[in-house]
Amino acid sequence: MEQARIRNFAIIAHIDHGKSTLADRILELTHAVPEREMREQVLDSMELERERGITIKAQAVQVRWRGHQLNLIDTPGHVDFTYEVSRSLQACEGALLLVDAAQGIEAQTLANAYLALDDELEVVPVANKIDLPQADPDAAAAELAELLGEEPERVLRISAKTGEGVEAVLDAIVERIPPPGGDPEAPGRALVFDTSYDQYRGVVAFVRVVDGSFETREPLRTMATGTSFEAEELGVLSPARRPVASLCAGEVGYVITGLKDVSRLRVGDTLTSRRRPAAEPLPGYQDVKPMVFAGIFPTDSDDYPALRDALEKLKLNDASLSYDPETSQALGFGFRCGFLGLLHMEIVRERLEREFDLDLLITAPTVAYRATTRSGEVVEVHNPAEMPREFELVEEPYIKASVIVPKDYVGAVMELANERRGSFDHLEYLSEDRVLLSYELPLGEIVLDFYDQLKSRTRGYASFDYDLAGFRPGDVTRVDILVGGEQVDALSLIIHRDAAYERGRQLVERLREEIPRQLFDVPVQAAIGSRVIARETIKAKRKDVLAKCYGGDITRKRKLLEKQKKGKKRMKQVGGVEVPQEAFLAVLNLDSERRR
Amino acid sequence: MGVRHLYVHLPFCAHRCGYCDFVTVVGRREQHGAYVDALLVELAIEGGVLAERVETIFLGGGTPTFTDGSELARLLDALPETHELTVEANPETVTPELTRLLRAGGVNRVSLGAQSFRPNLLAVLERRARPDDVRRAVYLLRDAEFDNISLDLLYGIPGQSAADLERDLADALALEPEHLSCYELEAKPGTRFTHAHGDELVRQADAMEGYFEQVVDTLTAVGYRWYETANFCLVRGRVDGRDLRARHNLAYWWGRDYLGIGVGAVSTLAGARRRNLPGLARYVTALQAGHEPPRETESLDEATKERERLLLGLRLDEPLPVAEVAGALDRRAAERLVAGGLVELSENGSGPTVSLTRRGRFLGGGVTAELLA
Repeated sequence: MEQARIRNFAIIAHIDHGKSTLADRILELTHAVPEREMREQVLDSMELERERGITIKAQAVQVRWRGHQLNLIDTPGHVDFTYEVSRSLQACEGALLLVDAAQGIEAQTLANAYLALDDELEVVPVANKIDLPQADPDAAAAELAELLGEEPERVLRISAKTGEGVEAVLDAIVERIPPPGGDPEAPGRALVFDTSYDQYRGVVAFVRVVDGSFETREPLRTMATGTSFEAEELGVLSPARRPVASLCAGEVGYVITGLKDVSRLRVGDTLTSRRRPAAEPLPGYQDVKPMVFAGIFPTDSDDYPALRDALEKLKLNDASLSYDPETSQALGFGFRCGFLGLLHMEIVRERLEREFDLDLLITAPTVAYRATTRSGEVVEVHNPAEMPREFELVEEPYIKASVIVPKDYVGAVMELANERRGSFDHLEYLSEDRVLLSYELPLGEIVLDFYDQLKSRTRGYASFDYDLAGFRPGDVTRVDILVGGEQVDALSLIIHRDAAYERGRQLVERLREEIPRQLFDVPVQAAIGSRVIARETIKAKRKDVLAKCYGGDITRKRKLLEKQKKGKKRMKQVGGVEVPQEAFLAVLNLDSERRR
Repeated sequence: MGVRHLYVHLPFCAHRCGYCDFVTVVGRREQHGAYVDALLVELAIEGGVLAERVETIFLGGGTPTFTDGSELARLLDALPETHELTVEANPETVTPELTRLLRAGGVNRVSLGAQSFRPNLLAVLERRARPDDVRRAVYLLRDAEFDNISLDLLYGIPGQSAADLERDLADALALEPEHLSCYELEAKPGTRFTHAHGDELVRQADAMEGYFEQVVDTLTAVGYRWYETANFCLVRGRVDGRDLRARHNLAYWWGRDYLGIGVGAVSTLAGARRRNLPGLARYVTALQAGHEPPRETESLDEATKERERLLLGLRLDEPLPVAEVAGALDRRAAERLVAGGLVELSENGSGPTVSLTRRGRFLGGGVTAELLA
């Protein structure tokens, strides 16, 4: 297809503003999917995606419209996947910016719109859900026009649900979005904007060819990571895989690589031909680093091999997931896992539990800290138990947060941001009623329950998005929990010094409630270094006897005691104290309760 | 050497109490004769294992004294001569005739199921006896010159308070029993009783440790010896040097062999524990035909016997020779518990011993579970 007749575009939107429904409608109108195969949200292939109504992995579908080839590149809708979104957008010349006409612009609308504008994409504004009784298309159009510096009349008004106005969207794609540039004669360069793993054929790369062309069986190389392979098959998704002989400049398609390890082919990398290599890679490749960490342990230690296999399988499809074996005295064998963010962590956890049927214990999430020791060595700390007790300096990751709320809730948001050590950046009226607040906050203050607090304090009206904003020095400290005088490694945490006392007290109180009384008094303490900041005592039991035991009961009583003994062996021994797993669960749940 | 201890089970009761989990049969007076016949056949079959001199015999139930008088007398007559012959009795069954019958049958120790002296608590337990029945039973037994009477008391009864327990203990002590057994009420999950008293049982469970201390403190203060976890007897000096511990039960706690006959009865003989299955009809039918009753048998290897020896021996107030439980004892746990003041390791003439401290005895179950290797 000649480049002039190709249009590459994405749909960007806040969560639930109808992106997947519009994609479905486009597939239907262009007859890409026979009606009998049409199910809602065709593009979201994973069960979890369908259920949560969000898109995790971007994919690309090719359709035809009035003599043109349209490539719809689907983008993940969440902040954790900003980098993937940015790579997907880089594969496009334009984007549909979709807004729910009943809701107006939300935080992710803004974040995505800025990403698209930064890439100099042609943004086509669309007000969706105009069929809803509470829709206010004029207000939504006004907000979109204001944001993009467009005329309100240029904002398309549609209902992806009923199909109203969707043809006009397709026409606007052809008319407003420019065809791809790129030099068809130059050495081949293709941008990898997504990967997935096919258990029979290995890693599949989704690419946008920028310059030159690529043929089946061509020997290829990734320019950033230097991985070499042969293009076993080239093709396009329409939406099923359809092999093609070649992919030319401007086109979007897939490459079956035969690679067995998804980490060798990273999103954002540039593919080139080994026969006639390009001199320069495409700009913008980043090695995405996980920022949120948590220990994942099987509740039943026999499941450790199953957990390892499950993580290996997940990693095949998710290069951004990292994991390393971790041994906790309290929780046994598990893995310290790194995630892009909280949603990413929740998704991994749910997939482990659902697809692999594992019962898991997950420690409180923590962020990556950078500690400079007295000797000047810099260590990155992903696990509170690894934090050096003495250090020169600790730096913690910061984010730039955008919150959009009705103006009545500005006070509530400011209060929350102040509680969480936020520093105010700016405030802007998007309309008479709606305000954009921008703050800088430590990521560590976000990982537990910030989003829930934000939602509850604004009655669900706030929308929230963030960008990483680098590391800054922080007055944080490590708090250890001791049971019976012995440190419980899984419960150590890194926290701002001002919050350490309160948090330590909560943990210690909860443990006192959850650890059953023992034969002896058991002290439970929270400590910073050797200084105890909170202490409770689990008072010893005063009675633990089998009431009576005569000739007829001996077998039963013996078995009772043997069972009691066995139960003790199953419990985790900390400082000579049997701590049932439920106690750890309860303490760790303290965090998830805060989170939910 | 033959077996020196014989248990005889008499399952009949006037009424099954809600909390009871023994093998019992309500009513059926017409079956008493056939049952005693069956017992005597079983005794004839099994009696060969008995020593020439049987030290103790214990008639338990059920309500042994609910058994038809002539049948009970026939059974007592057929039993071998013994040093201690105990019968369990419910207070309301004790009449002058019964006391005469028991005396004539050689009974020299009676264990009375008093449970409580509070009418409301007896009603909760579905006991038939009233508080005065307990007193009357003791007086009648004393009149018949019984000089070894034991009273059973229960604590943790739904509705009971610490003050109720204090009065129960006082009422029991006023009768000057030679022996007292005090048990916490064990409500089995899923029973009618547990269902009926659920919330109150939870409250009682919280109060139970206080009750236990109250029982031990009260009885030891007035001259009773806390010789077993749940059992107390007057100290020797008070009763002309007599040892008033229940010798039959001591045999269990010392890990001795015993023969049990009757439906549901358990025996421990030469490394095997066997249990006659419940089911009165099956039991009687088998023995009428001259066969052994249906049974299940568990073989006890040396390691199991040592574990039992440990768990039973530590219930007593006398030191347990370590040599008898060496394989069952977790030494490191023992040292930890010694350091915590719950266990004592010492020596007597024949070697090292292990015993529980006073506080350790209150925690006997947990401590034993800990000590088991």
